[in-house]
Amino acid sequence: MSEKTLTRMDLSEAVFRAVGLSRNESAQLVESVLQHMSDALAEGEMVKISSFGTFSVRAKTARVGRNPKTGDEVPISPRRVLTFRPSQLMKARVANGKKR
Amino acid sequence: MIRSELIQKIADENPHLTQRHVERIVNTVFEEIIEALAKGDRVELRGFGAFSVKSREARVGRNPRTGESVQVDDKKVPFFKTGKLLRDRLNTK
Repeated sequence: MSEKTLTRMDLSEAVFRAVGLSRNESAQLVESVLQHMSDALAEGEMVKISSFGTFSVRAKTARVGRNPKTGDEVPISPRRVLTFRPSQLMKARVANGKKR
Repeated sequence: MIRSELIQKIADENPHLTQRHVERIVNTVFEEIIEALAKGDRVELRGFGAFSVKSREARVGRNPRTGESVQVDDKKVPFFKTGKLLRDRLNTK
């Protein structure tokens, strides 16, 4: 089982192969996809990509945390976190992927 | 924002590309990520986040309606961890 890590470069390469654009422009387009998604999320907007999944921003309230090393109590300020819910299609493909 | 709105934004910024092209570009990005995860690979997009596959062990589940126990097989599930830059952006206003 060879576990690889793909990066922007691999996505750009896939776009380059799928469409007849230059490598440079393909890379810029991949970047722009990520940029638009990040911008929407930073605005607190939900990003819903059909058959891929949904990114949503949740607000968490302040709570008291604890430093696990020292046991000291530390206040954790309210914050916004991002959660990703994969689509049924992604779940199914990932679940079946390795059984092939 | 949904897929079609994302495609529209990128099409607006790239008037030299046809709508069909932009659609194919955006779809390729998402398809490539799913493909990688289906193979058990990771996809790391610095600043945005990383997609990976986690293993869930087999367990005995319960049908919440009937209370019957059911065997749930081990399985692979997709997982996303938000990148540092994006996490910080969510919390700076």
